Amino acid sequence: MKQHVVMLSTAAVIAISAGAASADTLRLLTWGGYAPEDVVAKFEEQTGHTVEVTKSNNEEMIAKLRATGGGGFDLAQPSQDRIAGPQAEFGIYKPMDLSKLNADLFIPSLMLATQANTTVDGEVYGVPHVWGTSGLVVDTKMAPMVKDYTDLCSPDVAGKVSYRLKRPTLIGFAYSMGLDPFAAYGDEAAYTEIMGQVEAKLIECKAGVKTYWGGGDELMGLLRSGEVVASMAWDTGGWKLNADKPDITFVAPAAGALGWVDTFVLPAKGKADDAAYEWINFVMQPEISAMITAAAGNFTASQGADEFASDDLKARYQASFPQEAIDNIKWYPPVPAGLEAIEGGVLDRVKAAK
Amino acid sequence: MRREAKLGLALLLTPLALWLSLLIFIPHIDLFLVSLRERVGVGKYELSFANYLTFFNEPLYLWTFMRTAVMSILATMLTLLIAFPVSYYIAKMVKGRMQAALFLLCLVPFWVSELVRTFGWMILLRETGIISNVLQYAGLASGPVEMLYNDAAIMVGLVYTSMLFMVVPLVTTLESLSDEVVEAGYDLGGNGVSVLREIIIPHAMPGIVSGCIVVFMLCLGNYLTPTMLGGKESLWFTELIYSQFIVRFNWELGAAFGFMLLILSSLIVWGMLRLTGQSLEKTMG
Repeated sequence: MKQHVVMLSTAAVIAISAGAASADTLRLLTWGGYAPEDVVAKFEEQTGHTVEVTKSNNEEMIAKLRATGGGGFDLAQPSQDRIAGPQAEFGIYKPMDLSKLNADLFIPSLMLATQANTTVDGEVYGVPHVWGTSGLVVDTKMAPMVKDYTDLCSPDVAGKVSYRLKRPTLIGFAYSMGLDPFAAYGDEAAYTEIMGQVEAKLIECKAGVKTYWGGGDELMGLLRSGEVVASMAWDTGGWKLNADKPDITFVAPAAGALGWVDTFVLPAKGKADDAAYEWINFVMQPEISAMITAAAGNFTASQGADEFASDDLKARYQASFPQEAIDNIKWYPPVPAGLEAIEGGVLDRVKAAK
Repeated sequence: MRREAKLGLALLLTPLALWLSLLIFIPHIDLFLVSLRERVGVGKYELSFANYLTFFNEPLYLWTFMRTAVMSILATMLTLLIAFPVSYYIAKMVKGRMQAALFLLCLVPFWVSELVRTFGWMILLRETGIISNVLQYAGLASGPVEMLYNDAAIMVGLVYTSMLFMVVPLVTTLESLSDEVVEAGYDLGGNGVSVLREIIIPHAMPGIVSGCIVVFMLCLGNYLTPTMLGGKESLWFTELIYSQFIVRFNWELGAAFGFMLLILSSLIVWGMLRLTGQSLEKTMG
């Protein structure tokens, strides 16, 4: 009897250590909401891997990977326009082996567009995960006249608007002013000229801005308290507020909302590629993707996940995006290396202007 | 025996030497080398002083530094003005448990992180915040008052954040001043002002200088408080460094800014010491 127990426990120990041999730690560098706890727990239970989640944003992700030459993480999620440039400049990613991914799980159009935008020297570096837009979040009772980015400068809402001093603001204002910044991406002189016009406009508008917001929570506080009635923000921010305050919602600007796609990429010195591919295939399943949509508030590139999304979110999405607004979304093309320096100068001067 | 003593000394110094070289010297040398690179193409760099030239040629950067330095000096002086009576009271006027309790009260805010303290100020000062509501309730204001997002809010935050670093050295030096000396001053016909000027301040000078240096450096290098409480044009120099490194991917310019901050702030401290006739040896030694 006693021997039996010993044998059983030995078997158990062997089984556990055998499991541990194939189990990896997946160090995931991602955005808040993209790896909710219930999804992580499910994945760990199914595969035996451990997932360590680090929350970040585009710039910090790239800065972190640049500091280590692409080490410290096994899977990262920058936006698709921020892959080709940094890869050419710093070499911080490694090519994707698309044969290890289940292509049927992805929406084909998004998959192809993302691959095209993240190709460097014939190698594909990214596949799509979550997509969304940025535009305007407006209190429709207090500021019904705000329909476009430049309406934030209108005297009717002076002192009660906010936006970020970041590149989406520059791009949005440029489109609203009838310019086409994306077309000028490849031409430094033309882009500098466009940014010069945007700079003048932003300085002119500065008097009416309450504050330039820095983080999502800060903006939520400003809008919820009513201190700000119109702002540039992400669609999810507007929809989240809409749940508490029906007057506030996301408005797709007349000049077009700006569309982004957050991707999966493999950092150059990642150590658990197989676990990373497993994670991608796992989270792209429609039911799991729906869980991520529920947590992050944005839709994913998973084929068929829409069916599992909540009706509330679908209703909000449809209210903000009639078909022509969807067709008018301006998708970010890859940012060429060095463009940030031009924008940086503009942003610094706007911030310092009186 | 002598050799053993030498070995012992070497062993004792090893942690310090390791700390200094691995965490201070080597990163600074690396940063300095980075600051001397200029990007000439995709992934291509050349040795040049272009980044330092950018700092001097773009009036915005120099102006931001000046602004940061002037506001830090102002914050240091305000901190000194507020902290001196407080420290004098703690060191001289009260004794025993009361003294310990008051000292503890100065310390308590530092048990929570700077981020939380700054958020606290935001809750107090914002348009829909506590102070604004109290003013309206008391009939002193007719509408919501916005006190956040301006330079005064930054000042309040900075002074609050650095108070402890001024109080501690001041209390320590003031405690060593014996009461008899002050009494003798009065006996010799001095009044409050002259005793303060001739006895107390000269005695407290080492504490004042070291407190001022620490507070000035803390203000100059602060990132959270100015960015969170500041308004539309309140650009702080550390914010510039952060955005060069993280947002613009321009480590070269960021590193140059970092070095300019180090050099210019050292110069300011040196200049202030010369101006007030103090020296580091006198205050620290």
